[in-house]
Amino acid sequence: MARQEKKKDVVIVGLGWTGAIMGMELAQEGLEIVALERGEDRATVPDFKYPNMIDELRYGVRLKLMQAPAIQTQTIRRNASETALPYRSLGSYLPGNGVGGAGIHWNGLNWRPMPEELSLRSHVTGNWGEGIIPEDMLLGDYPVTYDELESHFDRFEYVAGISGQAGNLNGRIVTGGNPFEGWRSREFPMPPMPMTYDSAKFADAAKAMGYHPFPAPAGIASTAYVNEYGMQMGPCNFCGFCERFGCYQYSKSSPQTAIIDALKRKPNFSYRTGAEALRVELAPDGKTATGVTYFDHAAQEEVFQPADIVILAAFSLNNVHLMLLSGIGQPYDPVTGEGVTGMGYAYQMTGGITLFYKEDVFNPFVGHGANGQVIDDFAINQIDFGAEGFIGGSYWRAGTSNGQPIRSMSLPSGTPSWGAGWKSAITEWYGHSMSIGSHGSHMAYKTNHLDLDPTYKDRHGRPLMRMTFDWNANDLRMNQFMKRKMEPLAASMKPDLMEAGFKDIGAQFDVRPYQTTHNVGGHRMSENPAEGVVNRFSQVWGQHNVFALGAGNFVQNTQYNPTGLVGALAYWTADAIRAQYLSNPRPLV
Amino acid sequence: MTEPPGFPSRRSFLKASAATVALTGIAASAQAQPAAAPPPLDEYQPEYFTAEEWAFILAATARLIPSDGDGPGAIEARVPVFIDRQLAGDYGRADDWYMLGPHDPSADPLRGWQTPLDPAQVYREGIAAFDAWCDIQHGANFAVLDPATQDLALTALQKGEIGIQPELRDFFTTLLQNTKEGYFADPLYGGNHGMQAWVYIGFPGARASFREWVGRHNTPYPLGPVSISGERA
Repeated sequence: MARQEKKKDVVIVGLGWTGAIMGMELAQEGLEIVALERGEDRATVPDFKYPNMIDELRYGVRLKLMQAPAIQTQTIRRNASETALPYRSLGSYLPGNGVGGAGIHWNGLNWRPMPEELSLRSHVTGNWGEGIIPEDMLLGDYPVTYDELESHFDRFEYVAGISGQAGNLNGRIVTGGNPFEGWRSREFPMPPMPMTYDSAKFADAAKAMGYHPFPAPAGIASTAYVNEYGMQMGPCNFCGFCERFGCYQYSKSSPQTAIIDALKRKPNFSYRTGAEALRVELAPDGKTATGVTYFDHAAQEEVFQPADIVILAAFSLNNVHLMLLSGIGQPYDPVTGEGVTGMGYAYQMTGGITLFYKEDVFNPFVGHGANGQVIDDFAINQIDFGAEGFIGGSYWRAGTSNGQPIRSMSLPSGTPSWGAGWKSAITEWYGHSMSIGSHGSHMAYKTNHLDLDPTYKDRHGRPLMRMTFDWNANDLRMNQFMKRKMEPLAASMKPDLMEAGFKDIGAQFDVRPYQTTHNVGGHRMSENPAEGVVNRFSQVWGQHNVFALGAGNFVQNTQYNPTGLVGALAYWTADAIRAQYLSNPRPLV
Repeated sequence: MTEPPGFPSRRSFLKASAATVALTGIAASAQAQPAAAPPPLDEYQPEYFTAEEWAFILAATARLIPSDGDGPGAIEARVPVFIDRQLAGDYGRADDWYMLGPHDPSADPLRGWQTPLDPAQVYREGIAAFDAWCDIQHGANFAVLDPATQDLALTALQKGEIGIQPELRDFFTTLLQNTKEGYFADPLYGGNHGMQAWVYIGFPGARASFREWVGRHNTPYPLGPVSISGERA
């Protein structure tokens, strides 16, 4: 028999970006709120402090801020005929753990999707017709538009503290920004970060080819900054320890720098660490949730936390897992096409070119995660899908993010991997290369989905979640298109050597090398209950007092890093709960 | 290394912090101390390896990153100490990894670590299997072969040509990866002794403050590394 806690108005599962946003916004309504966080408490001091955080082995390689697979993981198979095997050690993607979640260890690339990406099915059918959509693609419109979300993108950017250069202010194109972006109601909260040598070189070459370089929008403070909650950021010093690390100097946007200390001062908000949600409990009629049962790691017992509203704010994969374990939504069956939970899992398609220069000095350790110049000339709204034979696009970026030598040692191919040849190459080439990355969209398909594994169990005896995922020809064609377009640009920069790294047609998913932690979909938003788990307000179709946040809501992935859309959807959802739901709890659609 | 005048360096930061901690009476761990010379590798008492395994690790890492030529070899960087300590700790035991069965060690390598063994066990059984192969193929354990033969043997191991069982197929890649980790990690973990590997390639270690260098394009950074414990080189 589980211990029972005193009932709350709201229980939040997970205290990362979306949990912190919902905690703050709903606390302002005077509600009694508790957040359940599986991992440890984390604060800039002492957890991210100098010099301890400047430790590539501990955090960059041993991944001590991440969700250890021993705690939670998935099984993975590439198609339905394979037996799924556990993702035993971290590789391709790195879910976060503890207070702050993945918001601690991200790179800070904070994008808005293009308006066309949120209405992608309409964009495709309107321009080229249904005929170009591959049979197995689950191409959809988001049930919310860019115009509806604009003020929420803006709100998140001003809370998180984003540095950048607007390219489209209320429809007016601004020189130096991204001319292809959706409209912004005002400038970024902070001016863009200064340019490192590689990004300047890339921007010059891009301009010479008639492209439109602009500074990457960075969740990295370029100046001192105070947000609406009174939280302060200090300007970044380009320490080169962003991705996989917590920021030691309050410069990278994170739940810690932007929200959590202010949230802790709210008397009606509390949080418990070591509190691992096991399942959402449903009322006997199944139409609402009654609360969340969690495992209290300090007491080593199950606890039931009753609440009127349940907010699922864990990492996308963990939200879906919890839904599958709790009977939220019918599990998706790719054979019949029935069911919704676990449907539409999507990822990100990336590639790039490394340029080697014998003489040029790049000082790669001078950088940050969202550094650099970008072009969107090959973005989703710039490509003729009908002519090119794929649906998708990418942004290209060059900017040093770190010079950490265990992981960031680019050597020309043909260099021996050990021995005297390797040893002489590392001093010859370290600091003498730069790269241009292509960060591309990934569509949703009938075959790529999430369900419960029949064999493997977690430490609580629950089935692991099973991921069925492989690369699809459409996205690989997009990637090869980017390679063809990027090579002339890279060649124009006159490197001594250059090497392209783009997945080839037929490439299979490899779980070992890091790719991205942009695992999206699985509880997608939809116009109706047959096509997704949540409605346009992130409200679960079947249980109106359950709201699910994060990238699990995505209909398909955009070409950008997901955090900007995740943050905007959290504020959009918070507004809907505050303005429409609290006074009259019911299905909002 | 000389510091540019007027440049707010990590060194002056370290001096300032040392002064602050001196005032508060706390031990000044951030200040560089003359380090006591560590024991020579042949006198080091391994935490994990047996004497025979230790001889293998000394010999193998010495071929993976040789001492000849410019820069430190794995031996000068004390990479074997790093590997020993890693295997004696949570990494060696795969504490963070999902290790429950069933296991399919013959699965496609793209599917990641699937052996039932943890890294420490892979070393233990991998060294034994590789030494047995060296004995049959070359008439002696790896450690006593001449360097050219050692290189041939390591190449065969890397290429999967020694008929090693699937449970051990990641032995070479793990050994090579850990060797490079020990070469480049902060000296805190026993390798990269004296930050020699950082000096060799020009990585400034834990300086982690470069704002005034962003605009100095195509200009070599002049300062040597610092470590987490405050060493300078």
